[in-house]
Amino acid sequence: MQKIIKITIIFLLIFILGIFFLSLNKNLNYNTESLIGNKLGEIELVSFEDDSIFTNDDFKKNSFTLINFWASWCAPCRVEHPHLMELSKENNIKILGVNFKDKKNNALKFLKDLGNPYKYLTRDSNGKQSVNFGIYGIPESILIDDKLTIIKKFVGPLTKQDLNSIKEIINNL
Amino acid sequence: MLSNTGNFLLLLSILFTFFIIFQSFACLKKTNNMIFKSIYKISLLQSTTILICFFTLVGAFMVSDFSLINVYQNSHTLKPIFYKISGTWGNHEGSLLLWVIILTIFSFLFLITNKNHPKNYRINTLIIQNILILGFLFFILFNSNPFSSISPVPKEGLGLNPILQDPALAIHPPLLYVGFVGSSIYFSAAMASVITNYSGKSFAQSIKSWVIISWSFQTLGILVGSIWAYYELGWGGFWFWDPVENASLLPWFAMTALLHSLLVLEKRNILYFWSIILCLLTFTLSVTGTFLVRSGILNSVHTFANDPSRGIYILSFLSLMIFASVYILFAKYKPTNDQINSNSKETFILINNWFMMFYLITVLLGTLYPIFTDAISNNKISVGPPFYNSVITPVVIIFLFFMAVGPKVKWIKNEYLNFKDLLKIIAGAIAVNFIITYFFKSYSLISNLIIISSVFLIISTILDAFKKPKINFARIISHFSFGFLIFFIGLNHNFSIEKDFNLKLGETKKIDNYNFELKDLKLQQYDNYKAVIGKIQISDLSTNKKRTLNPEIRIYDNPQTLTYEASIKTNFFRDYYLTMSNIDRSDYYNIKFQEKPLMIWIWISVIMLSFGGFLSFIRNAKNN
Repeated sequence: MQKIIKITIIFLLIFILGIFFLSLNKNLNYNTESLIGNKLGEIELVSFEDDSIFTNDDFKKNSFTLINFWASWCAPCRVEHPHLMELSKENNIKILGVNFKDKKNNALKFLKDLGNPYKYLTRDSNGKQSVNFGIYGIPESILIDDKLTIIKKFVGPLTKQDLNSIKEIINNL
Repeated sequence: MLSNTGNFLLLLSILFTFFIIFQSFACLKKTNNMIFKSIYKISLLQSTTILICFFTLVGAFMVSDFSLINVYQNSHTLKPIFYKISGTWGNHEGSLLLWVIILTIFSFLFLITNKNHPKNYRINTLIIQNILILGFLFFILFNSNPFSSISPVPKEGLGLNPILQDPALAIHPPLLYVGFVGSSIYFSAAMASVITNYSGKSFAQSIKSWVIISWSFQTLGILVGSIWAYYELGWGGFWFWDPVENASLLPWFAMTALLHSLLVLEKRNILYFWSIILCLLTFTLSVTGTFLVRSGILNSVHTFANDPSRGIYILSFLSLMIFASVYILFAKYKPTNDQINSNSKETFILINNWFMMFYLITVLLGTLYPIFTDAISNNKISVGPPFYNSVITPVVIIFLFFMAVGPKVKWIKNEYLNFKDLLKIIAGAIAVNFIITYFFKSYSLISNLIIISSVFLIISTILDAFKKPKINFARIISHFSFGFLIFFIGLNHNFSIEKDFNLKLGETKKIDNYNFELKDLKLQQYDNYKAVIGKIQISDLSTNKKRTLNPEIRIYDNPQTLTYEASIKTNFFRDYYLTMSNIDRSDYYNIKFQEKPLMIWIWISVIMLSFGGFLSFIRNAKNN
């Protein structure tokens, strides 16, 4: 009898901890795997400087475009910024910055202090456009090719490894 | 600079912790009953280093050193100094440092205050406690380092969540931490007790004070959190069965059960293994709660950013802790034949424990069920107050009766109670309930029973204070405060009034017995926010009394957030509670008005409850 109780307790504990583990993996932000390979929908982004609009056609010219969602108030954005600066030196890729729920002056100051890696800079003052891209928080980046297919999505700040993997993808073609 | 200092101090603490463990093993090999002097010294150094480390972080917050990513994300130069300081533990990384402070200080105090107990027991406790400390120090250093630096240094910080800029919330985490992190020491002691076969009365005495003190702080911590929710969240409630609130309540149930079972262990030398299980359970539940809150697998009003790597670390730590304790317990468990008479104090205490376990399991199930269904079937459900209220409330009624009768019964003896006295008290309780329903308002059957049982507990506890030759005031105050708490919650629940309507400037609205007039709106600029302050006059038509309430809509700058501040007028009889919110594209404001009777007495009851705990701590310290 005692043995049965002991085994039951151990199984129960393993079950509970196992569920915790499962939920932990389940809640890893959200699953970006399903987005890969999909075509980007219609884009209409307002330029940061004036009211001109960038659409899908603007990005078909580039072999690769990295769409980066950032804001001056976002600490991890500062952390990833040097990587973006480095990436901007590459020829095969252009970076599109989407300035998320930010104040214009703060954003400009951020770029003045840390450098501007963006070929295109757009603003999304109320965050609605970013929601269409499936953005949950910032920073996030989406790598697309000239057919506007999503190749990779990065949740959170870009790391050195992310940078290398992007370089590998864009230089292999 | 502060980043290097902090990291250096963290490393130094890790070194000291290793040294304590190493020295403790060396000390175990010696046959005499003396603990090395060096162990005392290093333990003191360890606590001091961690304290300095913590104050280094406090210093960084005070001078707004934004080179630390933690300060940058959680502070702002414009923030009042009090909130700059409380910002230290208002975030995940800083609060972990507070964890370690409590772990180390309790470890040191346990070492120096238990000199009458055998060396092996004390040293084993120290080793286990230091393994816990080590686990958390590694967690801080490699995963959640508050001293991580950022470059280039930002000129301004991102502020603290404005909802967290509140005096109650500033003291809430430290109080709660003394409670549930404090339970680590009796987790370690229980493991050491099983390993060294140091059981029975002396073991109970060695941990009793620690259980009482952590219980009292946990009670206060829960109270302060509850008060914060009451006036800050703007819903007018004080307990929402939110998963994070539940996480603080679960160890409280286990502690309460332990507190009582220790009495039996101390007096009769029985229920030893049960007490050990409760010791292990309390801290395990505390770490489980931390896991649930910090890993982000629960949705709640509490905002801790979601970082899965944290979750993995705490979960691994939790699993290790659980399996190590289960292994030791199974290896050493000996079935005992505890003789208990059905009508003795120990039976009643055991019944108390069953009730506590019932509440614990109910709340645990309610909290974990959504996680389970989501993981297994992808079904997102949420367990709300109706579940808890309908399962817990009826059981509270029976519990209160046992709680009233238990202390009247004697130890060991199978002696029958004086039923005549009990009947008289019940008659008194029914009479009180009758007066309330007759003169004020009638309510549901369950509410009737809640009021009767709580009044029964109050009266019988008060009578106990006069009867016995040796009065235990600590117990009387705690039990009678608990009776009052349930009594006031019952009345508050039944007599609360809530009105919801829209009002524009200059308009007057009559609802039931009240006239509401929005007399004025003014915009005021403060250091870190601006506020739209409403002036609403409430006239009570039956008494002709006029009251002015000033609810606020606050617009914080960093980060930009809108909050609604309730305006509350409190007196001994009732709270008037009013919030105002703007309606988009309209000059109307939405007004939520609540009249909540006897609110302040709910807070006072909980303060008294924990005061009973502190009194018991002093009494216990004197006796030992």
